[in-house]
Amino acid sequence: MMPAGLPFLFYAGAIGLLVIGISGIVLSRNLFRIILALALAEAGANLLLVLAGWHWGGSAPILGQGKALETMVDPVPQALVLTAIVIGVGIQALALALAVRAYRAYGTLDMRRLRNRMNRDIAAAAGIPAESSRDAPAGGRPTPPVPAAHRSGGGRA
Amino acid sequence: MIWLVSVIVVLMLGAALAVLLLRNPVGAVAAASVVSLALSVLFVLLRAPDVAMTEAAVGGGLGSLILALSLRRLGLWRVEGDRAEQERDDA
Repeated sequence: MMPAGLPFLFYAGAIGLLVIGISGIVLSRNLFRIILALALAEAGANLLLVLAGWHWGGSAPILGQGKALETMVDPVPQALVLTAIVIGVGIQALALALAVRAYRAYGTLDMRRLRNRMNRDIAAAAGIPAESSRDAPAGGRPTPPVPAAHRSGGGRA
Repeated sequence: MIWLVSVIVVLMLGAALAVLLLRNPVGAVAAASVVSLALSVLFVLLRAPDVAMTEAAVGGGLGSLILALSLRRLGLWRVEGDRAEQERDDA
């Protein structure tokens, strides 16, 4: 007999981990903290995948103990998650290597300062003044001159 | 079983919140490794012992090792540093 609320608990753990990880990715400013939050979201997704193949009363999917195949939990999501864990550590190592390179080049891990310094470098390399970009939104660049015929015409801005 | 699961889920979510809220990066890495270990216990309870072994060894061991080594590269490895410098560097 399955205790009531047990799947709910597992799902709450998985989805909670996913939500905490994604909110950390979105809200953090430190690059290192963002990589940690990425690992958290990954762990939540892995738990959700294993949970998809699980059912109450199932046995571990290992042959050779005389258990019936029908009572085993689904081994396919487990194989997927086994791969995903290793790939996740690889992604984490790559992200950390890029963060170390960025720290050596710009001397900070704060996202806003990093973005400002990168924009400054890009502007210097492109030969345009800083704080102005060809891709800037319309408010951030000088507007083209308006032809005289349209100047008094439109009621809408 | 339900008590065990609820204790471990609460521990895991608390450690996940601590990863985001702790100001000390070394403590955040330790909390991330706690999340991995609690997760491996949950995998055992979900009848996935091979995934649990991999999560404990690769996620909890190798991942934390990589994070700690890169912390040293970044110069953030301070178990107890002076507070002003720590607050300046932290997010």
